Amino acid sequence: MRFERREDVSLPALILAPLIAVLAALVLCAGLIAMAGVSPWLAYGEMLRGAFGSRLAVTETFTRASPLILTGLAAAVAFRARLWNIGGEGQFYMGALAAAALGHSALAGWPLPLAWAALAAAGMAAGAVLLLVPAVLRLRFGVDEVVTTLLLNFIVLLIVGLMVEGVLKDPMAFGWPQSVPVAAGLRLPDLVPRSRLHVGIVLAVVVVLLVWLVQARTVFGAETRAAGLNPRAAAFAGVPITATLVKVALLSGGLAGLAGAIEVLGPVGYVTTTMSPGFGYAGIVVAMLAALHPLGVVAASVFVATVFVGADAMSRATGVPSFIADVIMAVALLAMLVALLFTTWRVRR
Amino acid sequence: MMEALDILTTASLWAAVLRIATPLIFGVLGALICERAGVLNLGIEGIMTMGAMVGWLTVYWGGDLWAGLAMAVLAGMAMGWLHAMLTVPLGLSQHVSGLGITLLASALAYYLYRLWVQVGDLPPTIEPFQPWPIPGLSAIPFLGDVVFTQTPPTYVALILVGLVAWMLARTPMGLALRMTGENPHAVEAQGLNPVRIRIWAVMVGSGIMALGGAFLTTAAFNSFFPGMVQGRGWICIALVVFASWRPGKALLGALLFALFDAFQLRLQTVVEGVPYQLFLMAPYVLSIVALILVARRARVPEALMQPYRRGER
Repeated sequence: MRFERREDVSLPALILAPLIAVLAALVLCAGLIAMAGVSPWLAYGEMLRGAFGSRLAVTETFTRASPLILTGLAAAVAFRARLWNIGGEGQFYMGALAAAALGHSALAGWPLPLAWAALAAAGMAAGAVLLLVPAVLRLRFGVDEVVTTLLLNFIVLLIVGLMVEGVLKDPMAFGWPQSVPVAAGLRLPDLVPRSRLHVGIVLAVVVVLLVWLVQARTVFGAETRAAGLNPRAAAFAGVPITATLVKVALLSGGLAGLAGAIEVLGPVGYVTTTMSPGFGYAGIVVAMLAALHPLGVVAASVFVATVFVGADAMSRATGVPSFIADVIMAVALLAMLVALLFTTWRVRR
Repeated sequence: MMEALDILTTASLWAAVLRIATPLIFGVLGALICERAGVLNLGIEGIMTMGAMVGWLTVYWGGDLWAGLAMAVLAGMAMGWLHAMLTVPLGLSQHVSGLGITLLASALAYYLYRLWVQVGDLPPTIEPFQPWPIPGLSAIPFLGDVVFTQTPPTYVALILVGLVAWMLARTPMGLALRMTGENPHAVEAQGLNPVRIRIWAVMVGSGIMALGGAFLTTAAFNSFFPGMVQGRGWICIALVVFASWRPGKALLGALLFALFDAFQLRLQTVVEGVPYQLFLMAPYVLSIVALILVARRARVPEALMQPYRRGER
């Protein structure tokens, strides 16, 4: 058996790949659910109901999807340039910290759109700087950014702990380790009344469209693609690889930081060490399921949010451990890798 | 300052160094074997978690402590087999596949633990490995307390360092493995199968990594809980680079690392007014610093992360 590269990747194959991957993940995980003594049909039905069965469920699913869109996009833009940013989790928290620190009182009196712009910029800057460090370490010293971004996640989480128990501690929180809240006037408005769904998801989709435009229509977008496909050939053709990768790092880190800032300004209102249920890591799965395409990121985020929100409800109803959501994610990621292989290669006997 | 020096001269500190180093020694040896054959295994964090769970569960279900270690190895090898299948014959991205294995192995470990174990207010416990003083040697002053009064898995780790070093440097098998990591085409020309060598290297390496996880639940602690590997796997990946892919230096790196960790743990109780998070940050910061220091002159295996396809350059 040998592999042969296809001449071109067809669009239907690219759309079919994630669907097949997700299906494979659901089928494989049905076995694990059956081990819990629960019918997989019932469990998956409960999951769907938990994610879309009521008005509250739907708003919760989309509330969960909005940070995932941005962390997924962050991973997608970086992976496209073969910059392995696994530090989305840390960048998310840095953005959240920046928004809480400035949004508590420093920007409280500012006119609204301006204050939001400043807070978003602060969140993006915080995330961008955090990824700039590993990017420079790779470009300057040849240090693998996978390991450094992963290690930075642990460091940042400890910094968050340090902040919410120290300088940013909320004295009104009865000793709970949480940061000072964002000024009430700076919170993002709700999109659906009496729910946690806020305009953050609209912002996230606008950012997706902007990034898509930049990738498809600008020189920077073309350079990113070239740097990812074949850095040596790209450098030979005059693409400034180092500058391109630095810009990609700033964009990627900035997007994950923005996710954190929006999460603080929107549904949460303050920072804790547990505010992210792994948005950064799930972003990697989102990016891969989206085949690194910005538009695909939106669909993949909704899917991942569905699984997580649905699994919680399903777990309460049937007793199947909610960790099944993480297993489904992981299997879908691996299945997607294999499915993508067959979109670019064909098997010859 | 004097207090800090006092800490450094106690046997209990150095015994703790060896204890803290043990999971790192297993992890770094496992990662090293994979990488010397040309495959980066970022599944390590999840494989260690899986090893920790399976090792613990075997004992919890009435198995022997040694049976726990054996089952952990098998579970690690199973995960390693999956990573090997995806990255060697299929030639998929070793980065993404490895991360996927980490997500899968840890999620699966947590899922099965919750499924099979009733967790009350506190996680259930087992009777872990006890220190096993080696007759005669443990009577040596200082050294006896430090090196020869450890739990059995620590001895296994130390012996394994020598075994892996000898295997890599002196046996035909080791030569073939190293060659696969440098130039798989040359291996093929010798009539050996680089694909098979890589698959076995990843499986054996993953089995050893899992022992590192199992040490945590069967010797260092006596229970399993989510998040207990705490980035040790990632630290091991950094240590492999720090050790320039050599088993002896890997042992040294793990010990150095554990020394800092044991030292900061004791310093925390002596120094007041410094937030504990700063101490906890030390190992991760140290790993990054170690990477920066050696990255320039590190001699990476030539074919690391290069998928091998027959007849293709």
